[in-house]
Amino acid sequence: MMIEARGLVRTFKTKRGPVQAVQGVDLEVADGEIVGFLGPNGAGKTTTMRMLATLIQPTAGTATVAGCDLAKDPVGVRRRIGYVPQSGSTLPEAIAGDEVVDHARLYGVPKAKAIAEGQRLFEELDLPGLWRRQCKTLSGGQRRRLDIVMGLIHDPKLIFLDEPTTGLDPQARANLWEHIRGLRDRGATIFLTTHYLDEADALCDRILVIDHGKIVASGTPENLKQQVSGDAVRLTIADTAQAPAVMKIVRELEGAVEVGTEDDVVGFRIPRGGSVLPTLLRSIDAQGIELHGVEVHRPTLDDVFLTMTGRSLRDEDANPTEEKKEAAA
Amino acid sequence: MNVLRETWIVFHRQMRLSLRNPMWSILMLSQPLMYLFLFGPLLKPITAQISQGATTNAYQVFIPGLIVQLGMFGAMFVGFGLIAEYRAGVIEADRVTPASRIALMAGRVLRDVVVLVVQSILLLLAALPLGLRAPWAGVLLSLVIVALLGATFASLSYSVALITKSEDALAPLLNGIAMPLLLLSGILLPMQIGPTWLQRLSDISPLKHVVNGVRALFRGDISSSSSLWGLFWVVLLTVIGLAVGARTFRKESA
Repeated sequence: MMIEARGLVRTFKTKRGPVQAVQGVDLEVADGEIVGFLGPNGAGKTTTMRMLATLIQPTAGTATVAGCDLAKDPVGVRRRIGYVPQSGSTLPEAIAGDEVVDHARLYGVPKAKAIAEGQRLFEELDLPGLWRRQCKTLSGGQRRRLDIVMGLIHDPKLIFLDEPTTGLDPQARANLWEHIRGLRDRGATIFLTTHYLDEADALCDRILVIDHGKIVASGTPENLKQQVSGDAVRLTIADTAQAPAVMKIVRELEGAVEVGTEDDVVGFRIPRGGSVLPTLLRSIDAQGIELHGVEVHRPTLDDVFLTMTGRSLRDEDANPTEEKKEAAA
Repeated sequence: MNVLRETWIVFHRQMRLSLRNPMWSILMLSQPLMYLFLFGPLLKPITAQISQGATTNAYQVFIPGLIVQLGMFGAMFVGFGLIAEYRAGVIEADRVTPASRIALMAGRVLRDVVVLVVQSILLLLAALPLGLRAPWAGVLLSLVIVALLGATFASLSYSVALITKSEDALAPLLNGIAMPLLLLSGILLPMQIGPTWLQRLSDISPLKHVVNGVRALFRGDISSSSSLWGLFWVVLLTVIGLAVGARTFRKESA
């Protein structure tokens, strides 16, 4: 097990009294997994990650990270993990290669090896010819990749990525996703936070949904979506008068919910919609009803979040002062 | 030892950054140079009076104040650089490495001390053609004092910067401390020429004793009580400053 945390709690003192940013988080991450921490701003994602990366101490709870006890051996944890913070990790005025080499040397990597490894990572992460450039002259996507080089320079077995693609344009995001998948292929375990559904969906083997400092759901993107609301199926009927007959057939399907009709469309939700479709279409055909179209939509993680918490992930209605605390800590 | 190696790595990085942009260090030196050329000559006719007969060389009175001022003010504002590093995420990136927290501070303080000592030497050289004469041993000991003073104020400045994490809080705070320290330490003119109440008030400022000590060293009174008290105070200040700095850097949320 790469990460094993039990009952992590973090309380911040504010002028209005203590705020529990993280309220008893248990989590496990296996070797070689990409696990995503999904939640709105202020949900406690970054705070939890900062605790696991030894940057802040838990108010309560225990954790083993990369084989070392978080409380007893934080230096051991630091040696084995790479952490790519949201805020960047290089000075704008500094030379990119110098920052990478100095960072590596703080891990005890000899200078010559740091240069060789750093330049290799520059090639691998698509930063050719930028070794001697000032960090501030790099584009947003390049600086994020430079941050990742900083986090990888000592060859950690566990990598924390805090909101890796925030602020990047779509092309740079897709490009970074490729690189993150590439890291896993090298055998690293990756733990990332995101408030983008598509990111969690595209990258993660497993997702932990966090809201108000608590984990509210966990599983693979597929089974999270299944477990929640099922697929949305829409049947377009040739003759609207036959809608009641179609609805009757649909209601007889096991697990069909939210059955409804609008104009010439009958819609409902059902787990594994693709697999019930053949039976359904045969029954409809047997009654001589003609269909113009069939659509099956897989549920999104937004549906998951909505079902779990009763609100949309896009609302981002979490307390903004809490997020500030999180950033300032 | 690992701490020393890590301190060296941090120092080396900071020194490289300072040398890449030497304008800042040069600008910092322009203020004491202006004092030297535009204010120093005013003291010449009254040197015997303000030093109470101890010397007739105006620069033996004035230069000690200027290098103490440089050590103090030059180091006092280094916290701004740390806030810039904090905003860029560098402090966080440093803290996630296994490097000793003490080394992260010590390397930065060491850079500040080196810059200050070099600036002080340049200031002394500039004062030579104007007529500064002082014994070698006294000047060398004075540079040690400037270095210790710089280490003290740099550590304190970094601590305040790490705690406040805001230029807006740091600037008024530092100015609020700097002004009374400057006026009560006899940096521009020795406090001995002031009225008794002002002298008593200035006794509170450890820096006044440090300035007096450096003045005694520049006159060659190395074993005088003034210079010993000056050394005592600067060592005490350094111990306090470094302890506060080390504690702040170790603290989890720093």
